[in-house]
Amino acid sequence: MAGAADLDVAYVARLARINLSEEEANAFQKQLGDVLNYVEKLRQADVSRVEAAAHALPIFNVFREDAPRDWFTAEQALSNAPRKANGLFIVPKVVE
Amino acid sequence: MTEKDLPALSIADLQSLLRRREVSAREAINALRERIQAVDGEIGAYLSLDVDAATKEAEEANVDLPLGGVPLAIKDIISVMGQPCTCASKILRGYRAPYNATVVQRLRAAGAIPFGKTNLDEFAMGSSTENSAVKLTRNPWDLSRVPGGSSGGSAAAVAADAAFGALGSDTGGSIRQPAALSGVVGFKPTYGRVSRFGLVAFASSLDQIGPLTKTVRDSALIMNAIAGHDPQDSTSLNEPVPDYAAKLGNDLRGVRLGLPKEYMIEGIDPQVKAAIDAAVKQMNSLGAEIVDVSLPHTDCAVAVYYILATAEASANLARFDGVRYGYRTENPKDILNLYGRTREHGFGPEVKRRIILGTYVLSSGYYDAYYLRAQKVRELIRHDFAKAFEKVDALISPTSPVPAFKLGERTADPLQMYLADIFTIAANLAGICGISVPCGFAEVDGHRLPIGLQLLGKALDEARILQMAHAYEQSTDWHKARPPIASPK
Repeated sequence: MAGAADLDVAYVARLARINLSEEEANAFQKQLGDVLNYVEKLRQADVSRVEAAAHALPIFNVFREDAPRDWFTAEQALSNAPRKANGLFIVPKVVE
Repeated sequence: MTEKDLPALSIADLQSLLRRREVSAREAINALRERIQAVDGEIGAYLSLDVDAATKEAEEANVDLPLGGVPLAIKDIISVMGQPCTCASKILRGYRAPYNATVVQRLRAAGAIPFGKTNLDEFAMGSSTENSAVKLTRNPWDLSRVPGGSSGGSAAAVAADAAFGALGSDTGGSIRQPAALSGVVGFKPTYGRVSRFGLVAFASSLDQIGPLTKTVRDSALIMNAIAGHDPQDSTSLNEPVPDYAAKLGNDLRGVRLGLPKEYMIEGIDPQVKAAIDAAVKQMNSLGAEIVDVSLPHTDCAVAVYYILATAEASANLARFDGVRYGYRTENPKDILNLYGRTREHGFGPEVKRRIILGTYVLSSGYYDAYYLRAQKVRELIRHDFAKAFEKVDALISPTSPVPAFKLGERTADPLQMYLADIFTIAANLAGICGISVPCGFAEVDGHRLPIGLQLLGKALDEARILQMAHAYEQSTDWHKARPPIASPK
């Protein structure tokens, strides 16, 4: 298992799209290092004969009819938007 | 009975008054509102109240419905159309839910009145409600202590008679642990038993909605309304729902209860241990046979949980990016700056820590070592329970190794806070059901602090777990004790 020393909080925060102050990054580095050291105990478990479980209960392939139904209007979907105009969410320019 | 005494009633007792037309739903709402005004300044259980809408609903309430005219508090991570749903996070400040959660729809169909939204750890991440970005909630038994978490607002409201009952959500113990620390009943159904549609997702393979109430019967009544298949939640189980309240009885003859030896760890408070020992004796005297069992991978549960829950959270919380709803940073330079700064200022420290940990354990090069391995150990934990349930009908343990801790006592050390959930977490990993019922008090610094007994049952065995918990509860007086703040002044 990789160790706590491999964690670079500033880098992972960028992957997660969270800006962090240096102070917060340093605090997290220490705290998450402790958590990663703690989870080292999973190395002791013998997992050679188990399949990974994504869910506790066996539910697979849940299908429904692909039928239209009443749902949000555009207006409702936009009702909580920080910025909107002309039935659209407004964000800073994305393409050059 | 005067109006002032109404908030102390259980749901079942309120209902009989409503049905005999001795009290109106409007009077119940009024009494509750006054009670909240009197105590919630000190307790801090509620984030928002919708008194006008609730009063209007009360005037039209059909009290002959299963929960007709009963006001209920809702954890502020479950959507009630038109009401705020802040998840106690700055990032959802001002957000109003544009639709109802399935549980809310079902409660309304059963006649209940969603009355107010309760405080929680931000996005349900925590064990003390101190991670709320809005305010602190205090334990009604000792205002210098936490109510537990993350459903701390719901637990404290019920304990302080500021709610007849409430909904919470439980990802690693977030219903059962605050119920234990606040001295109320908290029930976590089997994963998939209750629809998660409209519950803001934290860890989708673990989250489950359930009731917090004054009695086991009240939990059964709420379960009758909210359990069952929902086509809008693909993980919801398509299984028949029994009448949980009708199956409650008073004896435990023929029941086999398992005591997991791994749960007798060092670090259990001696007063908690004594209370659990007494409860085991009590259940034995009611006819239950006590059997020693083993859950060999118990020691791994917290580690597995903090890998899987954070991994799922890192994906679920990606949607909070300042584009479609909630808080957005001022004057972003570009779109990445908008995301990065919105999430920096919108999320509190615990949420950021968990997103970063979850992103890390899923990242290229570390996935196999952490995430995949944790999934495999999860399977071992599930297998432990399956084996134990071949021998016994339910498992018995403390809900929390300690009674309510002091506000601020554990906030500096996230790992210590995580270990508060050591007895509750495995049930979520295994997907089984569990309940916490009051089983005594610890005397600490001149305060009586509640202790909770946890019963865990196999998947879909809710009826039996509620039945056992009810039989135990009715043979004791613990559930009748009220905190000092709840006594009429």
